[in-house]
Amino acid sequence: MNPSTLVLVGTTKGAFVLSSDDAREEWTVDGPHFPGEAVYSMAFDQRAGRSRLLVGVHSNHWGATIRFSDDLGRSWSGPERQAIRFPESSGLSLAQVWQLLPGRAEEPDVVWAGVEPAALFRSDDGGESWAPVQGLLEHEHRPRWMPGGGGLCLHTIVLDPANPDRMAIAISTAGFYRTDDGGATWQPRNAGVRCVFLPDKYPEFGQCVHKVTHHRSRPERLFLQNHWGLYRSDDWGDSWQDIANGVPSDFGFAIQAHPHDPDTVYIIPIQSDEFRVVAGAQLRVYRTRDAGATWGALDAGLPQEHAFESVLRDGLAVDTHRRAGVYFGTRSGKLYASNDDGERWTTLADALPPICCVKTAVLAPT
Amino acid sequence: MAVSVVLPRALTPYAHGLGTVQLDASCATVRDALSQVAERWPALVDRVLTEQGELRRHVNIFVGDESITFLDGLSTAIDEGATITIVPAVSGG
Repeated sequence: MNPSTLVLVGTTKGAFVLSSDDAREEWTVDGPHFPGEAVYSMAFDQRAGRSRLLVGVHSNHWGATIRFSDDLGRSWSGPERQAIRFPESSGLSLAQVWQLLPGRAEEPDVVWAGVEPAALFRSDDGGESWAPVQGLLEHEHRPRWMPGGGGLCLHTIVLDPANPDRMAIAISTAGFYRTDDGGATWQPRNAGVRCVFLPDKYPEFGQCVHKVTHHRSRPERLFLQNHWGLYRSDDWGDSWQDIANGVPSDFGFAIQAHPHDPDTVYIIPIQSDEFRVVAGAQLRVYRTRDAGATWGALDAGLPQEHAFESVLRDGLAVDTHRRAGVYFGTRSGKLYASNDDGERWTTLADALPPICCVKTAVLAPT
Repeated sequence: MAVSVVLPRALTPYAHGLGTVQLDASCATVRDALSQVAERWPALVDRVLTEQGELRRHVNIFVGDESITFLDGLSTAIDEGATITIVPAVSGG
């Protein structure tokens, strides 16, 4: 098999790299890498001739680090010192790297990291060294941000592919923030997003946003899975509309845009915040093809009874093949895949450690 | 006499494989000792202390047979010839 497709799986006890060809019928499972250590963030960087796997590794004892592999996991390197460090003046200490995201194609050495406690770090050398984005680190709202169940984490980074000064982030529980000046200032963009857990249901900030996704061809159109609530914005978050039309629950964590169609999005509804298993104990991915006007269940090949599964915010991913691959991993260590836009599902692994993140890459031809 | 800092196996790669680091300069406290270790092996101490200089939650340090948790923390005084042992806490999941 000539591997062209990678599925990167971070778990509470290490990272796994699955590889396949374009057909995505047969898979090779490699791992665990970093056995015993939690991996909440993975990314694959193919800019500037790289073929670099980036992993945020967290040891329960020894803290969090960034590691690289330029040979698909056969060997690992990276800064020996803890590369992501809060300045002493902040009084903060790194707990976890929640998100790693290579920057825009025009900035091939830029990599972003979202971390806990909530902060955004930027690397200008491919991930070797990092600095905090001061405008967010020193944000006036910071003293009033509250940690969610996963901690006070910056888990989502959304780049405007056309405008290098614009990007957005999401924090649980602080909400969705956007900068239009390259990170110097950040404005909350949560109008219309409901907070069921606060007396004021529509505050300026404080929303428990679980994940945000968009398609690069229409970057201003955002889809947001909230702690209760499913929303769309058509104006980069200036306003949000409820799009929970026909889903069994609007609680959930994962949300992922289709790689080619900006109106197609996948979610995995969760029963409730008190009972965090898939709605009705039926493992179903829901898909909209009309930007949230309607949703339909995708369940062929997935267990439809006694499925007390849960999928975390980064546990759902798509690849970029013409017929998109869709993948998700559960907290019980099952990894499911579809190679046909979600129509039919197969099990790639059924006994991994609890899955924290799933990412993909389609390798550039060599 | 030197102060000895005994490392857990997981940290020996950050001290070129040494299981014990010998400190020749005098040091008054555990924090002083770790500062001396950091001069030679900064990546090792990154894994013991946070960037704010606090002992990581799931790391224990002993002076002789006593945990510094029950002494004076990182300010625990050490005598010449003392043995400091860094141990991962019994924790996990």
